Amino acid sequence: MRKPFKLKNKVYIAASASAAGRDEAAGPLGDLFDVTDTADNRFGEDTWEKAESAMQRLALDAALRRAGIGAEEIDALFAGDLLDQCVSSNYAHAESGIPYLGLYGACSTAAEGMILASLACEAGLGTCAAVTSSHFCSAERQFRFPLEYGGQRTPTSQWTVTAAGAFIISRERRAGGVLPRVTEIMPGRIVDRGISDLSNMGAAMAPAAADTLLGYFESGGEPRDFDLIVTGDLGREGSDILRDLCAASGLDIAPRHADCGLMIFDGCSDKHAGGSGCGCSAAVMASDVLKNVRNGTLCNVLFVGTGALMSPLTVNQGASIPGIAHLVHITGEEV
Amino acid sequence: MEYLRAFVVGGALCVVAQILIDKTRLSPARILVAYVVAGVILGGIGVYGPLADFAGGGASTPLTGFGYLIADGTKKAVDAEGAVGIIKGGITAAAGGITAALLLGMLASLVFRSKMK
Amino acid sequence: MNADNKTYARYAEKRAKKSPVLQNCIRAFTVGGAICSVGHALRTLWSAAGLSEDNSGMMASVTLIFAAVLLTGFGRFDEIAKYAGAGTLVPITGFANAVAATAIESRSEGLVAGVGAKLFTVAGPVIVYGVSAGAIYGAVYFVLTKLF
Repeated sequence: MRKPFKLKNKVYIAASASAAGRDEAAGPLGDLFDVTDTADNRFGEDTWEKAESAMQRLALDAALRRAGIGAEEIDALFAGDLLDQCVSSNYAHAESGIPYLGLYGACSTAAEGMILASLACEAGLGTCAAVTSSHFCSAERQFRFPLEYGGQRTPTSQWTVTAAGAFIISRERRAGGVLPRVTEIMPGRIVDRGISDLSNMGAAMAPAAADTLLGYFESGGEPRDFDLIVTGDLGREGSDILRDLCAASGLDIAPRHADCGLMIFDGCSDKHAGGSGCGCSAAVMASDVLKNVRNGTLCNVLFVGTGALMSPLTVNQGASIPGIAHLVHITGEEV
Repeated sequence: MEYLRAFVVGGALCVVAQILIDKTRLSPARILVAYVVAGVILGGIGVYGPLADFAGGGASTPLTGFGYLIADGTKKAVDAEGAVGIIKGGITAAAGGITAALLLGMLASLVFRSKMK
Repeated sequence: MNADNKTYARYAEKRAKKSPVLQNCIRAFTVGGAICSVGHALRTLWSAAGLSEDNSGMMASVTLIFAAVLLTGFGRFDEIAKYAGAGTLVPITGFANAVAATAIESRSEGLVAGVGAKLFTVAGPVIVYGVSAGAIYGAVYFVLTKLF
């Protein structure tokens, strides 16, 4: 049954960190990312796939440092990305020695990883990690065209973010001050409203986000109880549709709603309807949003990680694009 | 004057494709295939020949010109050699362009690497 | 697709910001026309260099292919194409770019399974359907002219 699950134990996001590429570093959140490659987005590697793995490692290392723990203290790592067989994640953590579970939730993987890591902690594991990434250059190859291919993008198309985000999720609390605590989680349902336009992913994912939010508020509460309702990568198009869909069901989220895809490229040129990809919500949550929870600016946040669950094969076969949206309720708590 | 004719005819062929892309969301690959096949058909029914005479590079540079080349080559080969020309003429006429694209593309992969966008 | 989804698809389609068709067409016309004029000039040049009419046409195409592959390699072609749209796609330059871009990109997967195979991602369909259409036309032409 679809309803929010309240964690009985106190599960904290003990630390988070992010790695990002050049355009992301030049954007409004640029200063908040822990590691950036402002040269060629290769992160010192010779293929785009390896560059993406390197970003995951850099983000996880930074998060571990911030939490003040070593890799050997992680009981389970939940990681995922956009590539076939999740290779960016597989190769990123091959030498880490951390027990590893690979995930595919498309762009919703950051939220999926957070949910599973929190549940693992709830079930008794001490400390888990969730890491996700996307790289424009590897994703473009896989889902669209070669990089040097000359083509025009439509205004509703989104730009895959080159970034990774890592979260250390734990029942231990070492640091003083305010820590983000995962209080509720709610996995989304797959929602397919028949959109098959690969360059309008916002429209494909927005109904899933609406489904999850409407389901969440069925059990009480209202949007204005929250400081922020942040969606993963709906972009401009999807964000507008989500607000419309919620409003049509009597839920006014507009005053509290923001979208990671819009935040990361706000004011940047040539990004069309905004950012997308696993790394989009992961990097924005790991940097901007959680920082603001830690410093007390935000106390009560709903994170709705959105994803589009198609493959190039199903798109070629004319199938429509199913969407998904997972919810994580995060509150700031004095420890 | 001949350059103006090439400019206008070539430009017009591009505009048709642009409208197809923007209005029908046809993928670029489909546009290319459609243009080659259209060139073969228009060449076959005798429309593209006069256009090529009129526009020169304006008709031979677009991919429809590639299709016309195939149709024209097939026709000449059938005239000269009969039925074998059916399977021989088209690709013979298009050989230069195909070989150049494949060879240069292959060589480019040895020299260049993809750049970040 | 159920009625609800049809309504939603229509709604999404309707509210989506459209590509600026007029502006795209003007750019496609200008750049496409310019490339074709260059193609025409190249034909004239090759023919002045002593090539037959057929061969100067072919060499004009080859020259444009060379230029497009070079621009693709230096990472400039996609910047022009972003502006010109069909203006660079429809001339032979678009075909050359598609071949070179896939070849360069798949280099990391090796020369055979990467470059050799992926090179045909866009070139393959063009050659397959161009040549097939030519053969069908040839058969029709043969039947009409030789058998009747």
